[in-house]
Amino acid sequence: MIIMTNIMESLYNIRILDELAEKRTVIHNIHPLIKLLTTIAYVIITVSFGKYELSNLLPLLFYPIVIITLAEIPVIPILKRILVVLPFIIGIGVFNPLFDPEPMLVFLGLQISGGWVSFLSIIIKGFLTLLAALILISTTGMTWIASALRLLRIPRLFVLQLLLTYRYISVIMEEAGRTWNAYMLRAPGQQGVSFKISGPLAGQLLMRTYDRAQRVYQAMSLRGFIGEYNPGEVKKVTVKDCLFLGGWVAFFSVCRYINLPALIGSVVTGVMT
Amino acid sequence: MSHHIVDFIDTYFTYPDQTQAVKGITLCISHGESVAIVGANGAGKSSLLKLLTGICLPTKGEIRIGETPVTKKTLPIIRQKIGFTFQDPDDQLFMTTVYDDVAFGPRNYGIGEPEVEKRVMKALETVGAVHLKDRAPYKLSGGEKRAAAIAAVLSMEPDILVMDEPSAALDPRARRRLINLLRSFMHTKIVATHDLDMVLETCDRTIVLKEGKVVCDGSSTTILANEELLEQCGLEKPLALQNCPRCGAKKE
Amino acid sequence: MHMADALLSPVVGGTMWAATAGVAAYSIKKVQTDLDEQKIPLMGVMGAFVFAAQMINFTIPATGSSGHIGGGMLLAILLGPYAGFLTMASILTIQALFFADGGLLALGSNIFNLGFFTCFIAYPLIYKRILRNGYFSGRILTGAILAAILGLQLGAFSVVLETLLSGKTELPFSTFVMLMQPIHLAIGVVEGMVTAAIVGFVWKERPEIIEKAALGETLGSISIKKVLAVLTIVAVLTGGVFSWFASSNPDGLEWSMFKTSGVEELKAQDGIHQTLSSIQEKIAFLPDYSFKAKENETNTKATEAVAAAWPAVDAGTSVAGLVGALITLLFAGLIGLSIHLIKKRNNARAV
Repeated sequence: MIIMTNIMESLYNIRILDELAEKRTVIHNIHPLIKLLTTIAYVIITVSFGKYELSNLLPLLFYPIVIITLAEIPVIPILKRILVVLPFIIGIGVFNPLFDPEPMLVFLGLQISGGWVSFLSIIIKGFLTLLAALILISTTGMTWIASALRLLRIPRLFVLQLLLTYRYISVIMEEAGRTWNAYMLRAPGQQGVSFKISGPLAGQLLMRTYDRAQRVYQAMSLRGFIGEYNPGEVKKVTVKDCLFLGGWVAFFSVCRYINLPALIGSVVTGVMT
Repeated sequence: MSHHIVDFIDTYFTYPDQTQAVKGITLCISHGESVAIVGANGAGKSSLLKLLTGICLPTKGEIRIGETPVTKKTLPIIRQKIGFTFQDPDDQLFMTTVYDDVAFGPRNYGIGEPEVEKRVMKALETVGAVHLKDRAPYKLSGGEKRAAAIAAVLSMEPDILVMDEPSAALDPRARRRLINLLRSFMHTKIVATHDLDMVLETCDRTIVLKEGKVVCDGSSTTILANEELLEQCGLEKPLALQNCPRCGAKKE
Repeated sequence: MHMADALLSPVVGGTMWAATAGVAAYSIKKVQTDLDEQKIPLMGVMGAFVFAAQMINFTIPATGSSGHIGGGMLLAILLGPYAGFLTMASILTIQALFFADGGLLALGSNIFNLGFFTCFIAYPLIYKRILRNGYFSGRILTGAILAAILGLQLGAFSVVLETLLSGKTELPFSTFVMLMQPIHLAIGVVEGMVTAAIVGFVWKERPEIIEKAALGETLGSISIKKVLAVLTIVAVLTGGVFSWFASSNPDGLEWSMFKTSGVEELKAQDGIHQTLSSIQEKIAFLPDYSFKAKENETNTKATEAVAAAWPAVDAGTSVAGLVGALITLLFAGLIGLSIHLIKKRNNARAV
């Protein structure tokens, strides 16, 4: 029953993050738009580092560490999620050592090729950027992200539709899970739904989904929906929020333009010698 | 507001696939009444409710809410007067938090945000669900979902409450809470249901449907005690009126 | 086949975001003029359906393999290209946020790769064309398979281009293409077969669902010429944006141009490095720190590496870099730990 666990796992995953987003910490209280912008700045600056840059990237770790601890996010489920996704990045990056064997640096008498350096750099970047996305959702939640999108002038239609998809994921996934169980209980030992049944099985689910969409539409129009979605007012950005954004962007910029570890390292080794 | 009379005048309705669901229904529900619509599956209960809310429009005949006929043009007015709760609350709670869902209706009618908040909180208080306001709908129990769905229509301050199977899939305690809630409402109530015991407790009047027609219309206590009639319409006497299952002793 | 942040440069990621935003804005306009507000919940709930359907594994006969659908083609068929594209965008947004699929910078590329090519190229040019004279099971099958294959091939090729232009991998173009295209041929066949099975079934049971989707849209009459014209404009614009960026910020992009064209005259002497070295000069109180010395190196690799942590084959710098890195990590860990402890104490006090 591989896939049933798959569906359940995905649902579970969404719910964990949802629950985390309901906490009330300093970080959760920061304006969603500010958190979104900070995350975007972080991601862009992280990937803007050159392909052979390694130790440079390390100070960027401060951001996730500070936010995770302040927001009281449990580390294990977040890291687990990243480990699931990382293989694709590794799969592409692993070719670098193959195609770029030129030695780049000597470390403890060992020559390390540019390919390994850039491979490692890709992995670190992948780790940091994915972490940033998960931190954003687990400190903000989908409803608030949607309100941030509204502030960014993303059309209401798209925001409403995004919220609806998000809302109905758990409903439809549970339905898909029941369908899957009903199939598997009568088809023991199969790895997946046989292709012959795929049309009826997924098709039935689709038709039920279609009917549900119609009922949802009726429910919406009964409460006065005529194609315009009014999301209500969003809380205002405060000075504290701006300081948060400004502070982090300044820090990211410093990380980008000054090689902090090299500086620290040279100071320390310089003092020692 | 005595003019919120619901009037069905020789109404017919046929679905696009030619199923005749409603065949000449005439009935009148006056202000403040609580009415149960009962009948076997496919008797036309749901179709009747759809006609009442203007989700479907009659193929023949007319429906009036007060002085307003239900037509495509009058739908915005009609829908402000009628609060309809769906059988499956998941269809109705389409927003990501209970608060946003309850606020959805008022916001659509262009009410200012402070007033929206007042209305939302009032509706949530009425159904005893203030503590659920920031929750996601999927995290609610069946009873909580039902309460949230009712709050979502109450926030529109309707005159008439229309409910499709409100007690379906509720556990006994949640059902009890629902019954108490329904009894506390002063609105005109129209409830389609199979739960005849709930009808006994909440509705004074019962309308029995069979094959798209009204078979019987009258006081709930009389109709629900009429075993023969209920049997004919695919129904069963409420447990509260049945003899003791152990000894067969009569109630009362 | 999700593109990932780590493989993208800001310029490529940003350009793809711009392209996606453009297509999305156009689609929203189109959906809104449709004036069918019934479509909005349909898009939302169908998005959830595709999300769930992606988790159902189907075993494909004769191949012994199994797979799931991506859903782009199905959405185009059920909702039309504009609504289909927007729905795909929501799905991918939720996946990027909740499942860390790809990341936020790569989201633009992912929406474009998985949504644009299926909804605006494969669907109108193949599926619609094959089915323009009415629906038949056989035609649905051919149309869906061919369209799914084309859509995924274009999407996969787009991933190759985006990755190479970003300059983060060493994979040569030909190897990368040989790696991506065949895999996505197989994925496309599965996608097409399952999509056809679903559409065929629904069409038999409830033809109005399929036919309604096809009726409500105006894209049916779109010509190849028009599509090509739009693509050309997009290409020219993209090229313009790229070259503008390249002139002001040669990071990443130049590297890949150097890689593919073999021009060796490029030197990474952009603003960033200059500021870096000028700061370095000002604060270089350690004589043996080798950063400054590397400035005049003519070797391309070494100039590239100026920005890197451990710039060249120089043991002294490596040790300094390593020590610095370790201290940074230690410090980061300490900060985390102390925040954690302070929080814990405060919480305990609060209780």
